[in-house]
Amino acid sequence: MAKNTPTTGLVEEMQKREVRRSWLLSAPALAVLFAAASGPLLIVLVYSFLAGGRYGGVEWQLSGKAWFSVILQRDIFDDTVKLADAHLSILWRSVKLSFLTTVTTLAVGFPTAYFIATRSARNRNVWLFMITIPFWTNLLIRTFAILEVIRNEGIVNTALRLAGVTEQPIQILYTDAAIMIGMTYVYLPLMVLPLYAAMERMDFRLVEAAYDLYATRLQVLWRVIIPLVKPGIVAGSILVFIPSLGAFVTPRVLGGGKNMMLGNLIELQFGAGRNWPLGAALSITLLAVVMVALLFYVRTVQRGSARAR
Amino acid sequence: MRARRAFALKRLPGFTAVALTCFVLLYAPIVMLVAYSFNAGKNIAVWEGFSLQWYVSAWHNEQVQDATIRSLVLAALAAVFSTVLATMAALGTTRTRPFRGLTAVYAMINQPLMVPEIVTAVALLIFFALIKTATGIEGMVYLVAAHTAFCIPFAYLPIRARLEGMDLTLETAAADLYATPWMAFRRVTLPLMLPGILAGAMLAFVISLDDVVITEFVKSAGQETLPTYMLGQLRRVITPEINAISTVLLGISVLIVSLFFIISRKRA
Repeated sequence: MAKNTPTTGLVEEMQKREVRRSWLLSAPALAVLFAAASGPLLIVLVYSFLAGGRYGGVEWQLSGKAWFSVILQRDIFDDTVKLADAHLSILWRSVKLSFLTTVTTLAVGFPTAYFIATRSARNRNVWLFMITIPFWTNLLIRTFAILEVIRNEGIVNTALRLAGVTEQPIQILYTDAAIMIGMTYVYLPLMVLPLYAAMERMDFRLVEAAYDLYATRLQVLWRVIIPLVKPGIVAGSILVFIPSLGAFVTPRVLGGGKNMMLGNLIELQFGAGRNWPLGAALSITLLAVVMVALLFYVRTVQRGSARAR
Repeated sequence: MRARRAFALKRLPGFTAVALTCFVLLYAPIVMLVAYSFNAGKNIAVWEGFSLQWYVSAWHNEQVQDATIRSLVLAALAAVFSTVLATMAALGTTRTRPFRGLTAVYAMINQPLMVPEIVTAVALLIFFALIKTATGIEGMVYLVAAHTAFCIPFAYLPIRARLEGMDLTLETAAADLYATPWMAFRRVTLPLMLPGILAGAMLAFVISLDDVVITEFVKSAGQETLPTYMLGQLRRVITPEINAISTVLLGISVLIVSLFFIISRKRA
């Protein structure tokens, strides 16, 4: 026994060094991330429990007012508490439009991903590249491209007028529909990529077996393909839903001043609204919803990869 | 009897049509945007002939010049800093036995990908406002720090992927030949991981160049970048000048991303 001790000690010492080296190398990145990304989130949490200053900023006193006014408001005349309709309608619009965007991207993205996954190995990369390129280009520019298409003097309305279908332009810009079209356009790659990843490793022998057993094409789709790629469907849906819920640029450019979403409501509190604590409370609310969705996402992905093995 | 055509196992009716329509719709607005940047007229829906006048007017627009330089400097600084930090972190977190806290490190590095941008933007607005009143320091520091932070995960991912695919035997061989750890790193590890580092830096550059939300909240008065300048212009009367600026920015992004794909497809 005594003979073994020095070597075990040496191995332990080396492992300790390796761990210390790992921490030392990671430390600078972690420090920057803490200072300019994670740490400030804690300050937001603190601010949500403070009272607002008259010209923006905060007063350093504890207050639950911000959290109260996330969904409630006190009547200015008789002091009764009721639901804050303005906030609720914005929250509802955010959830509704994010959900619709998710459904639309799924409806369009599913056939697209399937199309890419069933190409030959060489062509597949080209199609995949074509989906990825818009994803890496500027979100503002893509939103602007949609704005030009749907505005009253834009291509769609001009074409309809020249074709004699309409006399007056159809107002699409600055409506909820415009925001939804924009978000669908902008977030589509986020749906296609995980769907493709799931379809690419799908075992087509199962499809063949289903056809051998006299399944129709629709049955194969519903009973074989969709259950097989379900983790990809869930992953894609969450990846689209999360940024949609926190969208800021797209609703601002395409929704105009009236059709706000949660992100714009938050910005308002730090701008003209001058209610920093409320803005902080709304941010924490958004963050909490996103975290729940992410946990769900991680669990689905883990279960999916466990099954694939 | 005539031989029947092979059964198309993978075909699903209508799927190809939807997919091709999807690709057309994905690219049509961008193509339109680029095309109308060459329009001679002021209108962005009626074609009035080819002209480069909007590029010329953007080029001579002092606000655009100013924003362009700031954007490029900011993206370059953020790319360099985040890539250096990400390279170190990747060396620390790959090719090592899993240790306690490793998952927390991953979570921390990927945090900017998970938290909604608007929330980070608000958090930085508050935090930097506190620092500014406490110290009185102004300038680009805040933008550089914010951009460096959210670029780290983008730089980290390709570098880590490269390291994980790398062969350890070469480094062991270097050590066997009496190379010091530093020499082995400089002469063997670093050259091998260079494509990953390059890819990471390019991704970080593009991500920084494209950022709108965080920049919009962090910037002080007069610190416009190209995207925030464009966001401000979109609320006014839009001229094809915005198309011209967009086209140039798009060109830069597409070029760098294409290079990124070429570099990262080369195997170790």
